[in-house]
Amino acid sequence: MKLLQLKDVRKAYAGVEVLHGVDLTGDRGEVIGIVGANGAGKSTLIKILAGAETMTAGELLVDGESTTPGSPHDAHRHGIRTVYQELTLAPELTVTENLLLGRFPRRRRLIDWRAAHHQARDLLDDIGFTSIDPRQKAGRLSVAKQQMVEIAKALVSKPRILVLDEPSAVLAGSDLAALFALVRRLQQQDTLVVYISHRLVEVLDLATQIVVMKDGAVIATTTPDRTDEDELIRLMAGRRLEQIYPDRRATHGPPALSTENLSRGNEFRDIDLTIHKGEVVGLFGLVGSGRTELAHCLFGATHPTGGRIAVGGRPHTFRTPQDAIAAGLALVTEDRKGSGIVPDLTVRENVALTTLYATTRGGLVDGRAQRRAVETMVDRLDIRPAHCATMPIVRLSGGNQQKAVLAKWLLKQPRVLILDEPTRGVDMATRVAIYRMVDELARAGVAVLLISSDLTEVLGATDRVLVLREGRIAGELRSEGATEDQVLAYSIGRAA
Amino acid sequence: MTLTKVDERTTPAARIQLTIAHAAIALVVLVLAIAAVTTDAFLTQTNLTNLLKQMVTTGLLAYGMLVVILTGGIDLSVGSVVAFAGILTAGLSSGLPLPVAMLVGIASGILFGLINGVLVARFDLAPFVVTLAALTTIRGLAFVYSDVPIAPEEESFFWLGSAMLGPIPLTTVIMLAVFVAGGVFLSRTPAGRSIVAIGGNAETVRLAGISVRKHVLLAYTISGFCAGLAGVILASRVGIAQPSVGVAFELDAIAACVIGGASLAGGKGSALATLGGVLVLALINNLLNLYNVQSFWQQVLKGLIIIAVILVHRASRRRT
Repeated sequence: MKLLQLKDVRKAYAGVEVLHGVDLTGDRGEVIGIVGANGAGKSTLIKILAGAETMTAGELLVDGESTTPGSPHDAHRHGIRTVYQELTLAPELTVTENLLLGRFPRRRRLIDWRAAHHQARDLLDDIGFTSIDPRQKAGRLSVAKQQMVEIAKALVSKPRILVLDEPSAVLAGSDLAALFALVRRLQQQDTLVVYISHRLVEVLDLATQIVVMKDGAVIATTTPDRTDEDELIRLMAGRRLEQIYPDRRATHGPPALSTENLSRGNEFRDIDLTIHKGEVVGLFGLVGSGRTELAHCLFGATHPTGGRIAVGGRPHTFRTPQDAIAAGLALVTEDRKGSGIVPDLTVRENVALTTLYATTRGGLVDGRAQRRAVETMVDRLDIRPAHCATMPIVRLSGGNQQKAVLAKWLLKQPRVLILDEPTRGVDMATRVAIYRMVDELARAGVAVLLISSDLTEVLGATDRVLVLREGRIAGELRSEGATEDQVLAYSIGRAA
Repeated sequence: MTLTKVDERTTPAARIQLTIAHAAIALVVLVLAIAAVTTDAFLTQTNLTNLLKQMVTTGLLAYGMLVVILTGGIDLSVGSVVAFAGILTAGLSSGLPLPVAMLVGIASGILFGLINGVLVARFDLAPFVVTLAALTTIRGLAFVYSDVPIAPEEESFFWLGSAMLGPIPLTTVIMLAVFVAGGVFLSRTPAGRSIVAIGGNAETVRLAGISVRKHVLLAYTISGFCAGLAGVILASRVGIAQPSVGVAFELDAIAACVIGGASLAGGKGSALATLGGVLVLALINNLLNLYNVQSFWQQVLKGLIIIAVILVHRASRRRT
C-alpha cells in the first residue's frame, strides 16, 4: 500500500479548470520533487494536499484510505504537514512559543517555561537546526532562520507526509546544508517528503522521483538518473530557453535613471546604479535583500534617508509617486493583488487609472476616449478574453491581470519602467509575452529595471544584472555569458 | 465578434446580479403596492407630502455617508452636525439676514467635515474613532451654543422647510438634486471614480499617482456639507432648533447605504441604490405609523429588514 496516492485530481475556480487530472504516487522514505514554471499548477496542488483548497474532482488516498482534506486541520489529522513560502510565525512570540503553541508542558496548570525551552531546544537539535535560539522572538530572526523555524514547527507533530514549498528560496550556505541533511534524515525515518523548488540542481540531488508540471497537468514523471537540468527546463517550458527570452542586442543611450549613495534606514544602503536609455537591467536578490524596498523608494512611495536620485541626468526629489510619475517613471509592483489592481473595478477602469485625470471633457471622464485608449492596449497586449474591458479585473487569469497592470503604465508612456517580479504567478505564454514587450520597449528607448528572484529570468531577459545582498549591491555582471551560480554566489556573499 | 460581445453582456449571471443589485428598489415598489392597496390613508396628499419631507434628512445624510463609506471609512458625526448647524442658523437668524445665517450653518458642517477629513487622511487615524470623537464634541458644542431650543419668530425661517414646487416639497427637490449631481460625481468625474477606486484598493490608487489623502479629505467634506444642509433644512421644517436633535441619525444613513448594497469595506455602492435604501426606510416608518404600530416594534422591524436585504445582496454576490 502506497502512503500517498492522488488519482485524477481536478480543481476549478469559477468554472475554469486549473488542474486537469493530476496523478501522483509516493511511498515512505521517498522524496518527490515537483518542478514546473510559474503558473504550472504547483501551488494549487500543494493547497489541495494541505487542505487549504478542496478538489473539484478526484481522489486523495493516504495509506490506501480515501481522504478529502476539507481543512488544514483534516490534513494534519492524516499526518500531512505543509510548509509554505510565506512566513506564518507570530513575530512577537518566542521560537519556543511558536513551536509548542497549543502543547505547552505544564506544572500545576501553568506553563512550565523551563521545560518548554528545553523541549524546543531538543527539537531543534534533533533536526539539525542547532543555530537557532529558542528564546529569541521569532520576528527578530533573519528570514532564513524563520523559514527553518517554520519547518521545525511542521515537524513537531511528526508528520508522515511533509510538503515543502520552495524551502530553499531564502536559504544559503550552512542553513541550506542543514535543510538538505534534514530531508535525507526524514527520508531514512520513512517520512514522505514532497519537495517543490525552482532550483533544479537541488531537486536532481535530493529527489527519488521528479514530477514535471505544466499548465495544470503532470507532463512527465522521471528519476534523477534518467534526466538532467536541460531536459527538465525544456519539459517545464515546453520550449527551449532560446525561444523564451528575446535576443537582446541593446544599443544604450545616455543615463535615464541613476542613484548615488541611495540609502533608506536598514532597508538598503549606498546604492549606486545607472540604467541607460534602451537598457534592461536586472536586479537579483534573495527575500529580505531589500529589492522591493528599493523599488518603492525609487518610485517615491517611500523616502530615502540619504543619497540622490537623478532622472535623465537631472536631480529629482520624489515626495509622492505622483512626482515620480511626472518625471517619467512607472512601477509594476510585486504584489499584484495588494497594490496592482482594484479588484472590483472593470479592466477598463483599472487600465485607465493612471490617466484618469488626463482623460476628461468638461470635467467629466471622457468615456469614449477612455474606451478607445484601453481597447487599443487590450489589443496590443493581447489581454484575454478580447472583450474583457467591461469585466471585473479579478475574473481574468493571473497572467492577463498582469498584462492589464502593464497596460496601465504603458498608457503613461514611461521613460523608466520598474518591474518588480513581473512574472510571478503568471503562465508561460504570458511570461514570454512580457519579455517580448520589455524588449520592444527597450528598443524604443525605455530604460527598464527588472527585479526578479528567478535566476533564469534575471539573466535571460536583461543586458546587465545587479545583485543585491543585505541592502547593498554585492556584484554586477553582464548577462551574456554569466551563469546562475555566479549570480547566486554574489547574493549569498560567496563570490570569488 | 459582435456575437460574443452580446453574449458577454447578457450572461444569466450578469442579469441576476443586475436584478438583485436593485433589490432595494424592488422592495420599495413592493412596500408601496402593499401600502396603496391596504390603507386608505397612504395615498392622501397630506401623507405623501409628509413622507417626502421626512425622507429629506435621512436622504441628504445617506448621500454624504455613501461617499465616505465608498472610501472604506465611516462618518458617525453627522447627527451631531445636524444639531449644530440647525441651532447655529436659528441663533444667527436673529441678527443676520436669514440666507447668510443658513450659509453659515452649512459652512459649519463643511468645516467639521474638513476637520474629520484632515484627521483621517493626514494623520492616518481610524475613521470610526475620529468621527466618534467628533460625534460627542460637536454635540457638546451644540449645547454650549444654546442649551435651550431656539425658535425664531420670523415667518421667513419656516419658508425653506414648507415651500412647495407644485405637488412636491422644495426640500425634496433639493435632496433629489443632491442625488442627481452626486450620482454624476461618483460615476462620471475623475474625483468620484478615484473615491470608488480608493475603497477598492487604496495602495493601487496611490501608486497610480492619485492622491489618496486629497480624495479622502474631499469625501468627509462632502459628508459634512450634506449634514450641514440637512441640519438647516430640518430646523426650518420643524420651526425650532434643538441641540438634542439628530441623535442616532447616522445609523439611519448607514442603514440606507447598506440596504442599497454599499459595502462597509468600501469600493461598492451607488447613489441610485442608496436613494432606494432611503425610500425603503421612509416607507417602513410611514407605513407602520399608519398602522399605528408601536415605535419600538418599528425599530425591531427595521433591524430585521436590514439583515434580510444584506442576506439577499450576499447571496447575489456569491452566485457570481
